[in-house]
This record gives sequence, C-alpha cells and structure tokens, in this order.
Amino acid sequence: MVNLKINNINVTVTDDITILEAAQQYNINIPTLCYYPDLHINSDCRICVVEIEGYKGLKTACSTPVREGMNILTNTPKILNSRKTITELILSNHDASCTSCIRNMSCELQSLAKNLGININRFENVLEKKEIDDHNPSLVRNANRCIKCGRCIDVCKDVQAMHVLESMGRGHEMEIKPAFGRYLSDEFCTFCGQCANVCPVGAIIEKDNTDIVWEKLYDSNYHVMVQVAPAVRVSIGEEIGLETGLISNGKLVSAIKRLGFNNVYDTDFSADLTIMEEGTELINRIKTGGVLPLLTSCCPGWINLAEQEYPEILPHISSCKSPQQMFGTLAKTYFAEKENMDPKKIYVVSIMPCTAKKYEATRRELRIDNKTPDVDIVLTTRELGKMFRQMGIDFNQIDEVEFDNPFGISTGAAALFGATGGVTEAALRTVYEILNEKPLEDINFTSVRGMKGIKETEIKLGDLNVKVAVSHSLSNARILIEEVIAGTSPYSFIEIMACPGGCIGGGGQPYGTTNEVRLERIASTYLVDGNMVYRKSHENPSIKKLYKDYLIEPNSSMAHHLLHTKYSPKNI
Amino acid sequence: MFLQKILESYPISEDYLLEILLDIDKQKENHYISKEEITLISNHLGIKESHVCSVVSFYTLLSTNPRGKYIIQICKDVPCYLNDDFNVLKTVENELNIRVNDTTRNQKFTLEYTACIGCCDEAPAIRINNITYTNLTKDKVVNIISDYKEGKHD
Ligand code: SF4
Ligand code: SF4
Ligand code: SF4
Ligand code: FES
Repeated sequence: MVNLKINNINVTVTDDITILEAAQQYNINIPTLCYYPDLHINSDCRICVVEIEGYKGLKTACSTPVREGMNILTNTPKILNSRKTITELILSNHDASCTSCIRNMSCELQSLAKNLGININRFENVLEKKEIDDHNPSLVRNANRCIKCGRCIDVCKDVQAMHVLESMGRGHEMEIKPAFGRYLSDEFCTFCGQCANVCPVGAIIEKDNTDIVWEKLYDSNYHVMVQVAPAVRVSIGEEIGLETGLISNGKLVSAIKRLGFNNVYDTDFSADLTIMEEGTELINRIKTGGVLPLLTSCCPGWINLAEQEYPEILPHISSCKSPQQMFGTLAKTYFAEKENMDPKKIYVVSIMPCTAKKYEATRRELRIDNKTPDVDIVLTTRELGKMFRQMGIDFNQIDEVEFDNPFGISTGAAALFGATGGVTEAALRTVYEILNEKPLEDINFTSVRGMKGIKETEIKLGDLNVKVAVSHSLSNARILIEEVIAGTSPYSFIEIMACPGGCIGGGGQPYGTTNEVRLERIASTYLVDGNMVYRKSHENPSIKKLYKDYLIEPNSSMAHHLLHTKYSPKNI
Repeated sequence: MFLQKILESYPISEDYLLEILLDIDKQKENHYISKEEITLISNHLGIKESHVCSVVSFYTLLSTNPRGKYIIQICKDVPCYLNDDFNVLKTVENELNIRVNDTTRNQKFTLEYTACIGCCDEAPAIRINNITYTNLTKDKVVNIISDYKEGKHD
C-alpha cells in the first residue's frame, strides 16, 4: 500500500495502480477522454493532466503510477487552462454540429466541453471535410467527428485481432482509418461494432434505421412485427437512464407495443429452436462421424471472420441460421400461412445488441425463396432507446405486458444466448437429455460462465466423453480456430461469439459497455434463466407444437429448407 | 522479383518491417511503395495492411505515391524557419517550377516538407535523398539544384 495526497485528501491505495484509478477510488473526479477502462492506455489526449509536487510539468493521471508521498492537485488554474486549450483545439478541428449528431447528450467530448465551462473557442475552425463512409449496412464512419483518441484502433486490434483501423500519417495530419482510406465494406471488417461502442464521439456509429421503422409502423399496407434479442432485456435499462443490468421484460414489451408494432415477439423462442436444430446436428455428426468440432453459427460477426479469413473452417460451422433469421423465416412462412397473410406484407423488425446483425439481415443467402428477406430491418438497443425517447415513453409510467404468441414462450436456456457460454450451456442441457435419454442432474454449467477468454467443459454423451470450448472476442476465437485448422483441437463443439462477454457486450449495446458492466449484465442473464418455468429448450411447449404442426422434427427436410443456410469464402 | 528477394533477406517478423520498406524504397527509381507491394509485405509478415500503411505514412522517408528520382525535403521546423533570411522553399519551387508535394514532369524531382532532420545548429537545411545540405544560402540552393538537373548525381 502507498499513501499519498490528492487535493489534500489522504489516500491509501495499492501500489500497482495509476493516479486516475486512485482518484476514482476516493470519488475524486479527473476528466478523461482517450482513456477507456479495458483498453491499452495511449495517454495521447492529455485531458487528465494533474500537478504533482516536485515533478516537472503536468503529468497524465491515466498513465502515471502512484508513488508513496505524492502530493497531487487535480484542478489548479494551470491544469484547467491546459484542459481548456486542448479541448478548444480539438473542437477547432471537429465538426461540432452537436444538435444534429446521434451522440447529442451522450457524447464524451460534448460533456467535457460543458464541464470545463468552455463557452467560447479562441481558435478558428480549420476542419477540412472528409468523405463519410456509409457504404455498408452496419456502421457509418464520419472522420469529421473523429478526435483521434485511438480507442477504436485498440479494440479492433487488441480485442478483436482484426486491425482494420490504424493511425495514418503523423502530426496534425494524422487520421484514423482503414488501409488506403478504404471503406469498411472493402476491408476484412466483421461489422462487430466494438469500435462504435467505445468511440467517445459520433465518429463511428451504427447505421440508423429508426426512420424506416417509423415509416412502416404507419403504413397500413404492412403487418409490422418485432422480435427482441435475449441480450436486450438486460441492457435497455442503461440506455434509458435506469440502473445497470436491470432486467426488463414486461415493461420492455409494453414500451415496444406503445411504439405501434402489431406483434411483439421474443427471439428467445427462436433461440430454443436453434438449440433443437443445432443440437440435433451435433448429435448426428457425433453418431455418423461427421465433421467435428461443430462450431456455432449464431454470431454474424464471427461468420464474417470465418468467410473472410478461414475458408477451411466453413464445413465445421453449423448450417443453422441464427435465431434472428429463424424467427424471420417462420414469421413469413408458418405465421403467414396460419394467419392467411401475404408474406410480402409482413415486415419483420429485430431489436438486437448487435451491428453485425444489420449486415446479416441483408445477406442473399438469408431470403425466403431467394427473394423476400427473412428479416427486413435491424435496430440496435441504442436505436430502440432512441425510439422510446422520440415517443416520450417513461418506463416508470407503464404496465408490464407479456410477449405475444405463438413466438412468445421461451426457456431459461434461450435467455442464456445473450452471455458468453450461454449457447453451449443451452445446447448441453438439451443434447445430453436427448442422447442419454435421462434428465441432467445439474443443469448449471458454471465452468462455461463468466468473462474468461476461453472456457471449456467435458460432458458424457452416450459412451463418449465430449470436450466443449467457448470463446468470446475474436482474438480468442482465432486461437481456437487455428487449433481446428491445425488438426490439434481436442473439442467436439465450440461456441464462438465475436464480442467480449457475448452479445450482452455487443457493438449495438448502450455506451459505456465496460467489462464491469458486462459482468452485471451477465449476472442478470443467469437470474433470468433461474426464474423461468422451463429451463431446457426441448421442454418449450410452443417449440413442441411447432414441430408437431409444421416442421415435423429437427433437421427434417422442411426444417432444413427453412432454418438452415450455407457459407462461402469471401474476398474483398 | 526484387521484392521477393528483399523479403527473403529478412526473418519473417514484423520487427523488420521498416528495414524492408526502406530497402524497397531504395531499389525503386520512383521511390514509393505500391498498394500491391503493401499487400505482399503484409501477407508475407502475417500482419494487416493497415499496419504497413500506418508505418509507411508515418515516416516522411516513405510514400505510397510515386515520387521523383530525387526527393528534396525541406525542413518545416522552427530553427530552419527562423534562420530563413531567404525562403528555401520558394527558391526550390522557382528553380523546379513545381509546388510542394509535386513531382516534376520528367519524374526527376519531388518536393516535400519534412519534420526536423536534426541539423538545427546548421539551419537552414534540406535533404536530397540521403544527402543533407546545411547552412544554405540562396546561391547555394540554386547551385545544388542545377547540379542535380545536369545529372551530376545520376
Ligand atoms: S466493426 Fe469490428 S472489425 Fe470492423 S472496424 Fe469496428 S471493431 Fe474492427
Ligand atoms: S473514430 Fe472514435 S474511437 Fe476512433 S479515434 Fe476517432 S474518436 Fe476515437
Ligand atoms: S457476439 Fe453477439 S453482438 Fe457480437 S457480433 Fe456476435 S451476435 Fe453480434
Ligand atoms: S485520458 Fe489520460 S491522456 Fe487521455
């Protein structure tokens, strides 16, 4: 432990932390801009500077370690002046059209300027406008708003091992962009959106589809239905200013109903269906000596990586469509037939924690009879929050409402899809019971839970001891995939999610998704599971009925036709 | 191919990226690293193109655009600027009839700014390819350029 003084307050902390972390422990606020809790410390913005007695010049609190006896001041006129100058300089090279920016009121630069009391800029604006990249369905990159903090580079390079974005050039001419300034669509970008999630300003944002949805909601030619992904119910609270990890089911449904959707359905339902299909696929591959390990297919960020960089791995990937796409297919076939509706008049909206899902919905392979897309449009959790604000919905003033049927009943297993390890746990609960024809003693697979990068477990299926692995974030995925390609993978089943923590940590989730926040959302996810009547996908009564009435049995030719897909190598 | 030779002369490690890039630049009359070369280098070293581009764009010695046989770099830093009782840049621009960042039509000269080249005590200074010229006067600059024009360094 070391003792020091910050603003004349005695502080005792461990010796392995920075001045910033020490100050945070004592609720002393030091402003930051480039710093982001789980990422590499670049210390390039110099907003966090402090004065330390006996040290020359100002020091950056985010990168300077604490030392015994330090006497630190965080808010002297000299510091304030320096922070103001930096902020004014950033603003002088920034498209600060805040009122028409998606980050208005959620922007870190804007609140910094406000908190520093900047009410005039001494510097003239010298911004040279650059082209905006909106050439893909998921993300928009607006370099005119980039403040060069480097967070997107770090998350893309270190966490995702994609390294799409880098700093190009030097000095004041430095820009952050892909190689040769290419569009993201011309890169091996997975559209995971982690860069958008950590960007402090409006320089990388999701492609906003809310206007299209409002149009459709008021167009009487369409029957507009919506599905809500598992991970959204544990994060929407943050988006609307309520507590982190709040579990919102009834109120979420009720609020979405108020937006005017004809039906509000649950992606958890099609997650159960995915387990039936994928679980059966695993059983068949084990029984018939098929290609193993079987790799999960529900994450489009991961599918993008596989198609772009690992063509050899494609035969390992489950042919199951993702839960989002299975839902869309059923809406436009099963539901349409039942309700005697023209599938072209059914408009399917998804609320997802994910920007890659926006891309997934546009895939040519994911259309019914090659024409009608399974899912018409995807909104992120953040865009849903935007629609609530546009409508003036106050969660404190609304009742709880249940999801509509037939796609509203689901299990705890499906709820787990939101968290890393969840698909595996759900799959094992079902596969074990189907193969071994007896109930599982303990349905909680705690060794695949939590934020560890690669997790594994073993289970007895029939006479076989089967090893299973789970990875989240693409840097970890690469480790497992490269083992498979090298022929050294000991596993029979591998779950891969592109985002750290799984979809609860997705690129479309509320801003401020740090690992600490991820853990809270994960904890809530397991609470949701624990509180469900049914906790195994094969026990879902609606799923049983769906097979009985329509699909016959898992992996039937009907199921194959509707619920499975193909992958192919992709070049840029 | 010369690129392959250069690549094979170093161990496969990103630590040698800069050396490789400088070698390529040296071998090419028009002093630039092409897109195709960047792709080949990144595949060879197992790193991303963004990484290679970032390095190329960071060093003023390197470029992704074709440049002249001789690259004239004018120091942009303060001592050179302060010592400047005549204007180095203007003089060179007039002699070659191009602006900064341009290349002459015969592909012989490219004119660029550079960050400090470490000769502040002998400012003003310019660098032409690997040779640094210091303590410049207007006449000196005119002579240096005309030597190059006449092919004395070819
Ligand atoms: S979307 Fe993902 S892969 Fe693409 S640039 Fe952003 S972080 Fe990198
Ligand atoms: S795009 Fe955003 S995260 Fe990336 S450097 Fe610019 S401001 Fe930072
Ligand atoms: S982990 Fe989830 S949120 Fe992230 S890209 Fe995959 S599906 Fe989307
Ligand atoms: S927050 Fe410390 S230097 Fe940017």
